Amino acid sequence: MSALKFILQKEFKQIFRDKGMLPIIFVMPIMQLMVLSFAATFDVKNIQLEIVDRDHSQLSQSLIEKYEASAYFNIVEFKHATDTKGTSLQEGSVNISLEIPNDFEKSLTQNTPVSLSAKVNAIDGMTAGISASYAQSIIQEFREEYINKNKALLAQNKTPFKVNFSMQNWYNSTLNYKFYMVPGLLVLLVSMIGMFLTSMNIVKEKEIGTIEQLNVTPITKGEFILGKVLPFWCIGMFVLSLGLIIAKLAFSVPMLGPIYLIFLFAMLYLLVVLGIGLFISTLADTQQQSMFIAWFFMVIFVLLSGMFTPIENMPVWAQQITYLNPFRYFIEVMRSVLLKGATWDDIKINFLIIGIYAIIINTMSVLAYRKTNG
Amino acid sequence: MAVIEVKNLRKSYGEVKALKGISFDVKQNEIFGLIGPDGAGKSTLIRILNSLILSDEGHVSVMGKDPNKQYQYIRNHIGYMPGRFSLYEDLSVKENLEFFATIFGTTIKKSYNLIKDIYQQIEPFNDRKAGALSGGMKQKLALCSALIHYPKVLFLDEPTTGVDPVSRKEFWQIIKGLHQHNITIIVSTPYMDEADLCDRVALMNDGEILRIDTPQNVASSLGKTLYALETNEGNYKLIKALREYPYMDSVFPFGEKLHYTDQRENDISSELNSYLKDKGFSKISIERIASNTEDVFIRLMNNQKQ
Repeated sequence: MSALKFILQKEFKQIFRDKGMLPIIFVMPIMQLMVLSFAATFDVKNIQLEIVDRDHSQLSQSLIEKYEASAYFNIVEFKHATDTKGTSLQEGSVNISLEIPNDFEKSLTQNTPVSLSAKVNAIDGMTAGISASYAQSIIQEFREEYINKNKALLAQNKTPFKVNFSMQNWYNSTLNYKFYMVPGLLVLLVSMIGMFLTSMNIVKEKEIGTIEQLNVTPITKGEFILGKVLPFWCIGMFVLSLGLIIAKLAFSVPMLGPIYLIFLFAMLYLLVVLGIGLFISTLADTQQQSMFIAWFFMVIFVLLSGMFTPIENMPVWAQQITYLNPFRYFIEVMRSVLLKGATWDDIKINFLIIGIYAIIINTMSVLAYRKTNG
Repeated sequence: MAVIEVKNLRKSYGEVKALKGISFDVKQNEIFGLIGPDGAGKSTLIRILNSLILSDEGHVSVMGKDPNKQYQYIRNHIGYMPGRFSLYEDLSVKENLEFFATIFGTTIKKSYNLIKDIYQQIEPFNDRKAGALSGGMKQKLALCSALIHYPKVLFLDEPTTGVDPVSRKEFWQIIKGLHQHNITIIVSTPYMDEADLCDRVALMNDGEILRIDTPQNVASSLGKTLYALETNEGNYKLIKALREYPYMDSVFPFGEKLHYTDQRENDISSELNSYLKDKGFSKISIERIASNTEDVFIRLMNNQKQ
């Protein structure tokens, strides 16, 4: 085992001497957290609204005022009854086109059903859904106010169906998407270090031929693999700590649960990504190849992890695939421990799955490694 | 006692037969040369002997051990210098040596006596990164680190390929100098002139050993009288003319001249001279010369092809 010590010494020497590696370890995490957390937001603001008012009544005017008052909407186009249908939606200058029919006031006073039409630009489905629901909630509000004001009037007729619609955001009450994104991004960072750097580091020895010299020494395969993997395990843990500190200080991400659970989980989780990195290194002969293979896995893992899009919104078959995705489990642990204050009982199943995963992937990698480097 | 024994060794890479059943022995303290062109199977042979790849068939023993099974023993007692520089370019000269010393459980100090002559030449650059060394220096560093653990057998895979003539000469002096340390050396090279520097050589081509002997015996084993020819015309015309000569045995260019053998045993200088004169050549020079390894190699190679 003393050989392992010397291999580790050599590895750390090389890593800290590598001019490309240091920025990846220290600068990339900070950059990614700082930039992506702001960029990758689901907050929908500044919805560009077009209003086609065919009624020109007092009531339609007061509805429009409500939109004007809302912080979410900017009324950018205003059309009148006589105007032909606009093309602003097509041009992309507005997100929603709301049409108030010419019998709006009349129907309301007579208490007959009235239909407003809203056309939503749904190229970005998520934004479309959110902005449509904002638009709807304003109409809802307007309707309730109207009912309250005109109780006496309406009492003569049948009482209209009344909806009580209230919403509370649990675990992230201010709907701060940074709280949601930062833990996910941390997982991404730790995984990238594990997969990319490990596979590249091993493949580098193949590429420059040093493995030839190393293979005729008494170093065993186990020592070699451990020597290659352990430094990145340490670096992964370091980056995680750094990231959590940034999350706390720069984003005030709540940390409700016990943090040691995250570290414990990361220790296990890193074994999985390092194992994947090792596996990639057996498939590739050059650093470039390993990079491409790692990217292939990375993109699949990220998109199927629930980091950006909720897993519940995926089709069932895709949801089933996510069970094979190690990212998914770490993101779940991160979010539930930090934001929900989950404890051991809540996430022990994740520990179990990732533990099994670690055993399977590392057995596979070591076998594949033996085969290629007979 | 033979340090290395190889019997009927075969190795294929898919369809390609790299080694087609070769056999040889290497004795203690010998400098054994594997001479042959690229693709002859030299590197494959060395890589099998030092346990880097597995053989398909045949018996191999290195220091009495089977490289397929007892590779740990072999790896502890051999030195290997691959054809391509394979040390860490981002580590310094000293760090490289220290690293390889420590993984063999030794130190530079302990091996200093063995590597002294070579190491002293690169010691001034101890703190320089290996990647920043010149070709000759890199090679000395690689040799030092292959010797760092006092190996009993040293494998050098084309150590002089792509090295300037002065460094080549120097390197062979170093190899000769290692003799006194009881190290058996197996060295491969595509340069025929280096055969003379070995104790025994195996001429290899296309996965087969054509001949094994001392360089002197190999050189004199042509079995024909060799003539060196030169005329006023270029070699191309001369080869064409000689190929039409009915007693021609073989003719091939050798440097500036042509090397020619005849089917007849007696001295044919004057007959050949008059034949060439008839063909319109002038300034004809025909000289009887002693054959060297390359002449023998080309002859053996042509026989192999037939």
